[in-house]
Amino acid sequence: MSFFDLPIVTSGPAVSGACASGGCATGGCASGGCSTARPDLKSETSRRDFLKTATTLTLGAMSLTLLPGAMAGDDAVPPASKPSGFPSHAKKPMYGFLIDTTKCTGAGKCLTACRVENGVPEGQARTWVERYVHFKDGRVEVDLVPEIGYAASGEPQPAAEDVLRAYFVPKLCNQCVDAPCNQVCPVHASIKSPEGIELVDTDRCIGCGYCVQACPYGIRYMNHETNVADKCNWCYHRVMRNEQPACVEACPTGARVFGRIDDPDSEISKRLATLPTSVLKQHLGTLPLTRYVGLTDEVT
Amino acid sequence: MEYHALHDAPFVFPNDAYPAWSIMIVLYPYITGMVAGAFVVSTMYHVFHREALRPVARLAVVTSLCLGACATLPLLLHLHQPQRALNVVATPSPSSAMAGFGFIYSFYMLVLLVDVWLLFRPAIVERAHSAPGPWKNVYRVLALGVLEITPRAAEIDRKLVHALSVIGIPAACILHGYVGFLFGAIKANPWWSTALMPVIFLTSAVVSGIAVLTLLYLLLCRSSRMEPDEECVRSLSRLLWMFLVLAVTFEFGDLLHVAYEREEEWHVIRELLVTKLRFSYLTLQVLIGALLPLLILPIPAFTRVASAAFRHSCTGVAAVLVLVQVAAMRWNVVVGGQLFSKSFRGFVDYPVTWFGREGLLAAAVVLAMPMLLLWGAMKLLPVWPPSPQSESGAKT
Repeated sequence: MSFFDLPIVTSGPAVSGACASGGCATGGCASGGCSTARPDLKSETSRRDFLKTATTLTLGAMSLTLLPGAMAGDDAVPPASKPSGFPSHAKKPMYGFLIDTTKCTGAGKCLTACRVENGVPEGQARTWVERYVHFKDGRVEVDLVPEIGYAASGEPQPAAEDVLRAYFVPKLCNQCVDAPCNQVCPVHASIKSPEGIELVDTDRCIGCGYCVQACPYGIRYMNHETNVADKCNWCYHRVMRNEQPACVEACPTGARVFGRIDDPDSEISKRLATLPTSVLKQHLGTLPLTRYVGLTDEVT
Repeated sequence: MEYHALHDAPFVFPNDAYPAWSIMIVLYPYITGMVAGAFVVSTMYHVFHREALRPVARLAVVTSLCLGACATLPLLLHLHQPQRALNVVATPSPSSAMAGFGFIYSFYMLVLLVDVWLLFRPAIVERAHSAPGPWKNVYRVLALGVLEITPRAAEIDRKLVHALSVIGIPAACILHGYVGFLFGAIKANPWWSTALMPVIFLTSAVVSGIAVLTLLYLLLCRSSRMEPDEECVRSLSRLLWMFLVLAVTFEFGDLLHVAYEREEEWHVIRELLVTKLRFSYLTLQVLIGALLPLLILPIPAFTRVASAAFRHSCTGVAAVLVLVQVAAMRWNVVVGGQLFSKSFRGFVDYPVTWFGREGLLAAAVVLAMPMLLLWGAMKLLPVWPPSPQSESGAKT
C-alpha cells in the first residue's frame, strides 16, 4: 500500500447527492449533516468535509511514518542484499554463533581479521578476546588479548606456578532476539535483518548514542571516523555471499563456529545438540543468539 | 566469601573507554527540569490561586519559555549527525523512548507559547498603540494583527490561560518524567535502571525551577532597586524546602534500597560513590547541595527572625546551593553512569575539555542562552504584575 492508495475522502453527499446516513435522498435529513438538504449550511459542510479529508490524510501519513516496517514487510531489504542461495519465497535462514572457550588459545587472529574486514578504527572494537587468569591466592585478573598476540606484545606474563587456571573468552555481538539497542533507537537506524541479524543503517543514524548505552555487553560504539553507531554484524555482507564471518575464517582452533541453526546437519547445530552452552547476562532477558561453551561466573 | 570483582585488577571493555554521552547530556535534563519547574510555579498562581506568588507568576512562565526555547540546543550539539535531528519526528520508532521527545517537547512548547501570548496579549495590544517608532510594528506583529481586545475576548483569554495552565501541569510532568524514563529504562546500567528515575527527575526538576525563579526574582529586584515582596519570597522558600525534601527522599531512598538489599551491582555503585563521585556526589549533591539548604531554608520559610533582608539572603543562598545540587545530580547520573565499564570490573575517566562542540565553554554558552533570551523578553514584555488598580480597571 502506498501513499497514493490511501482512500481520499471527498465531499460525499454534496458531490454525489447520495447521503451517507441513508435517510435523506431529497431533503429533510434528520442527521443534519447533508448539504443537499440544507443548502444554507453549505460552507459549514465544506469546512467539515475539508477537516475530514485533512484528518484522514494526516492519520494516513502518520501511519506511513510510524509503521514503515509494517508497510514494507520483507521487501524492506533491497534485493541486492538478499542471500543468493535463498529465494525470496523460502523461509529465511536462522543463524547462530557458538564460542567454545575451551578451544580459544588467544591467538588474536580473529581481531586483526575483523579490523581489516570491517575497517574498525583504532581504539574501538567489534570483537575482542578476554583472558581470565585465576591465581592460587584467589585473585582473578582479566585483560585483553593484544591483536599481535601476547608473545609479540612483550607484556610481562604471570608466573605459571602462581596460576590455578586460565582461559580466553572471545566477545562479539550477541545478536539478541529482544535487542535493547534495537528497541531504543529513535529513528529506525537499528534494524534487524530477515535472518535475525542486528544491523545499523548508517544513512539513518543520528548519532545520539542511546543504543551504545542500551547494549548491556559494550558491543556498540560511536565510530570515531564515521560518526555513527557501529557494531559487530556477524559480517553480514559476507554471510549474504554464503561466506563465513572474517573472525570465524581466521580462527586457527575452531573456537568460533557460525552457521545455520535451522539446519540440523550444520556444524553449529551438531555442537549445540551435544555441548552444554549458556549465554552472557542471561538475567537481562535479551535472548542472545551467541552461545558459549565453558562460561564461568566471572565472565560478565 | 563475598566476591568483589573490583578488588582485583581492573578491566574495562574496549568500547567503554570513552563515555558516549557528554556534558551536553547533563545540561539537557538540567535545562528541561528548570522549564518544567518554573512552569509549575506559575501554575501555583494561575491555577491554584496562591496570591503570594503573584509577583513571580508572569516571570515564571516567561522564564519557562526562554529555557524551553534552548532545551534542544545541548541535544543538537551532542548529536554526531545533527543534520538528521528532525528524523526523530519525521521517522520516529514507536518502540524507542527517545522518539517521543519531539512530540512531547513540541506539545509542551506549544501550550507554553500560547499561554504566554494570551497572558501578555493585553500588554502587547496596548503597546502596539502606544510604543514609539518601529517598536509599534514589532508589537503589531506580536499581536498577530489583532489590535483590539473586547471585554468578552479578555474573558475568553482569561479562561484559556487557566485551561492551558491546567493542561500544562501534566504536560510539564510528562516532559520531565519522560526525561527520567530515558535513563531509568536502560537495564544495561544499574546506576540508571530504576522505576523511580522519572519521579526523581521530576521532583528535582521542580526544585531547580523554583530555585532558578527565586534567584532571578531576588536578583532582578536588586538590580532594579525594588524591594522583594516578603510574602512571595517566604512562599517560594516554603515551596523550595518542601520539594527539596521530596527530591532528597526519592534520591537517597532509592540508593538506600539498592544498598540495603545488596543488589547484584551494589559493589560497583558503592565503589563509584566513594571513588569517582566522592566530590560530586557526597560533597556537592549531598552535603552542600541538599543538607545545607535544608537547614537554611526553614529560616526564611517558617520564621521571622532577624531582618527581611537577612531572610531574603538566606533564600538566595539556598537557591544557589539547590541549583548546584541539581546540577551535581544531573552530572552524577549522566556522567557517573558511564564511569564504570559494563564489565563491572573497572572504571573510566570522563575527559573534561574546555573547547569544542561539547566542551565547558560551549556548555557555558548553552546555559547563558536562556538568560539572554529572558533579558530580551523582559525588554519586550512586562513580566512584573500590573498594579491591582489597573487590573481592576481592565476588568471593568
